[in-house]
Amino acid sequence: MPQSSIKDYLHESQLFLGRAIVSSILVIIALGVLVGRLFFLQVENHEHFTTLSQDNRVKLEPLPPTRGLIFDRNGTILAQNLPAYSLEIVPEKTKDLQTTIDRLSEIITISEDDIQRFHRLRKQRRRFDSIPIRVRLQEEEVARIAIHRHRFPGVDVKATLLRDYPQGVQTAHLLGYVGRINEKELLQIDTSNYSGTDFIGKNGVEKSYESMLHGQVGLQQVEVNAKGRVLRVLENQPPQPGDNLQLFLDMELQSTALEALGEYNGAVVAMDIETGGVLTLVSKPGYNPNLFVDGISSKAYRALESSLDNPLFNRAIRGQYPPGSTVKPFIGLAGLEYDVVGFHQETYCPGYYQLPGKEHKYRDWKKWGHGKVDMHQAIVQSCDVYYYELARTLGIDRLHEFLTGFGFGIPSKVDLDGELSGLMPSRDWKQSKRREPWYPGETLIVGIGQGYFLATPLQLASATATLANRGHRIRPRVVATIESPDKVKRESPKIEDVLHQLDPEHWNQVISAMTDVVEGQRGTARSIRSNEYRIAGKTGTAQVFSVKQDEEYDEENTAKRKRDHALFIAFAPVESPKIAIAVVVENGGHGGSVAAPIARKVMDSYLLKNQQDQ
Amino acid sequence: MAKPHITFHDSQPAKAYGLLAWLHIDLPLLLSLLMLVGVGLTILFSAGDEEMILLQKQLVRLGFGFTVMVILAQIHPDNFRRWSPWLYGLGILFLISVILFGELGKGAQRWLDLGFVRFQPSEMFKLTLPMVIAWYLAEKRLPPSPSRLITAALFTIIPVLLIAKQPDLGTALLVGSGGAFALFLAGISWRLIFIAGALMAAMGPLAWYLMHDYQRQRVLTFLNPESDPLGTGYHIIQSKIAIGSGGISGKGWLNGTQSHLEFLPERHTDFIFAVISEEFGLVGIIALLILYLFIILRGLYIASQAQDTFGRILAGALSLIFFVYLFVNAGMVTGLLPVVGVPLPLISYGGTSLVTILASFGMLMSIQTHKKLLPT
Repeated sequence: MPQSSIKDYLHESQLFLGRAIVSSILVIIALGVLVGRLFFLQVENHEHFTTLSQDNRVKLEPLPPTRGLIFDRNGTILAQNLPAYSLEIVPEKTKDLQTTIDRLSEIITISEDDIQRFHRLRKQRRRFDSIPIRVRLQEEEVARIAIHRHRFPGVDVKATLLRDYPQGVQTAHLLGYVGRINEKELLQIDTSNYSGTDFIGKNGVEKSYESMLHGQVGLQQVEVNAKGRVLRVLENQPPQPGDNLQLFLDMELQSTALEALGEYNGAVVAMDIETGGVLTLVSKPGYNPNLFVDGISSKAYRALESSLDNPLFNRAIRGQYPPGSTVKPFIGLAGLEYDVVGFHQETYCPGYYQLPGKEHKYRDWKKWGHGKVDMHQAIVQSCDVYYYELARTLGIDRLHEFLTGFGFGIPSKVDLDGELSGLMPSRDWKQSKRREPWYPGETLIVGIGQGYFLATPLQLASATATLANRGHRIRPRVVATIESPDKVKRESPKIEDVLHQLDPEHWNQVISAMTDVVEGQRGTARSIRSNEYRIAGKTGTAQVFSVKQDEEYDEENTAKRKRDHALFIAFAPVESPKIAIAVVVENGGHGGSVAAPIARKVMDSYLLKNQQDQ
Repeated sequence: MAKPHITFHDSQPAKAYGLLAWLHIDLPLLLSLLMLVGVGLTILFSAGDEEMILLQKQLVRLGFGFTVMVILAQIHPDNFRRWSPWLYGLGILFLISVILFGELGKGAQRWLDLGFVRFQPSEMFKLTLPMVIAWYLAEKRLPPSPSRLITAALFTIIPVLLIAKQPDLGTALLVGSGGAFALFLAGISWRLIFIAGALMAAMGPLAWYLMHDYQRQRVLTFLNPESDPLGTGYHIIQSKIAIGSGGISGKGWLNGTQSHLEFLPERHTDFIFAVISEEFGLVGIIALLILYLFIILRGLYIASQAQDTFGRILAGALSLIFFVYLFVNAGMVTGLLPVVGVPLPLISYGGTSLVTILASFGMLMSIQTHKKLLPT
């Protein structure tokens, strides 16, 4: 081998050795950089990444509290929570939402309504939220899904508690219902307390007592894997169930009242006179509140909403009716109290009334007149002319002041959401709302509870209770006791709003007249006279549409919806009043013949049963 | 220096140690490889959710890989040199047929089905490219002339482009680096190295233009992983959390929450480095890196001791490819480099690269143990 090749060999060998050393150094430097990076991650930022790792694996899961139960005064359950299985989808975890739904509907029935509701909810929720597509699954359906479970990523059967109203339509307006929390409500609630809750009270007791019924959310710290599956519970802070509510409501009375209304629409409100407790609160027609709990189908909702009978409307606290002649005892009291008339002072009733110097005839319901009547007879026979005269003498200002004292025209402040205040007209009201002065003729109409005068059935019942109580106005209330989860009971407060201090004799006189409405020979409600106890009452008839001058009001031929509303207020027993009641029967015609018997049935149910108990 | 008298005759090295010597095994390399494999199996047990079936499969592959290694160690390096051009040519044919008839897997065309066996032709270039360059450059004196250099560069670029087109960025990178290391070890001038480096930098925008969407996404995600925490950035974020939360001493074997609770994706394959960091901490991972460093340095030592240019260049390039495996994988898992599919050598679960790597160590052993006696 030539020498040059040996030289080359050595040269190459040295050249390579140099490169190998350089390579080794570069390798060591590179690994040094790597160690530096690891030091940065594992030592300098160790705490940061430890926190992230904890966040990763430990999730805080809300434990929704169980909603409080609602009972009537006798312990009958009105609202409870029943276990139900629902099928839920997490949209983010599905490959193709539409295909998933299509394939699910091959296994169990999923209606158009279910799908619509699902998409509606989906818009309100986040992509990783679990959204129900079917609720109230049958056991067989649950089993069928379990078999095919692996085919549906992101689909799960969840066991939930669903609100249930065993009394259904009977308590619909009083209790209201719960429904899924909507966007508007989401802004108002404490989102952390509601983090595990799907439902919220939408109206009625469920809404008014939402904060007590809901309870306090619990939390559990769970270890989850990347798929969100809970592996074990690290810490558990149990939820605090909502308070149970016991109402003043007597379910037996409630059914009696509803049944007694028969074919008619209307409202019945009965109150316990001593406590102000609402014994009955019926608004007919009603609806099935259970339909609303998991989201009513839009078709069913439209049907309810567009019905001429207005079943969603709570007539008892939102129905504003002309009180008609039922206000006569109160106006009589005003006359006595302002000393513009004596109880036995007589007025002649020719069947109509005319303001001095005016042509217009204000009619009495009795075309040929009542003849000479004093206040007693005016109440018993419901003479309009007597009250036209009395109202004119009192004037609208005194009428407004006195009747407001009985709660007309102002909210009763009952513990129910959404009550309306009715209307007790005044000069100020007319000036500000109508931009018109008050006309004397309008005072006359107010005297018989017509015109602008409007009252809710609850206001009528409350005013009647105040009258029976001789001026002690107890605020009406629905809830009697609130029982916390640790069995501590709190009474709801009894609030006396205004004390009408009138001459005791005046109360006696008006109440005796009201007693004769039922007990007297010529009383407008004599048909409901009871042998067991004595009832004081007053009938009323409210015009739905006005009869033109010189036109006959023909009851037979007036279309059903234009017929007068029949009203009746009463309390009993006269000697020691226990129950006050207001009945409004829409398009019922005469108060005495239609509304009064309903009140009698309710009072029978209450008073006679109590007698048996004692 | 007196005129040396060189005799050539095939015989065993003077210092032989029994059976291992007879088997042409390099003991330091074998022991360190076994240690690495042992660590790998331990980690795989943890990363693979303690599934024995995973370990069994990996053991079968390792058995096959070590068999290949021992077989290759028996073959004289001269044979490798002779085969080099043929193997290279065959490989190029395979690569072209992959593009024409290959099977799709994970959005890339990498596999070739020869009827009796399915394999990735790109994988063999990790061996044949250093071989062919070592063969080519060893024919003439070093450092190579410019024209030979260009030819050698072409040997590199052709398979790299074909592999990148599959697309398999990780393998293209490894193969390309194999070629580049071979040229570097052959002693090309530093000036050329810097010019090549500058050219590479200038090619960056062009590479961006040629990249597939998912590759661009990887680069973008690398630059800002938090931009897409649930998509492509998820891997890097979760892997950094795993490493960082491991701290100095780690969470302990089988106690890694990131991996055991399935937050860490691909934890038994490409991201197993993060599992080691989480469970054994900085201390454990440095120990592992030292083991790797020992293997690399042992390889470079074998290269420097080789008797001919072919052996030197081949052994050196193979050792440095092994380092690139390690660095690219660790760099990717720690967020230093973009995510490219490169396994952690000899530890990640998976067959192909494992066999290739052990084959390269077989060649190293062959180079180390088939020495001609030189006069001293």
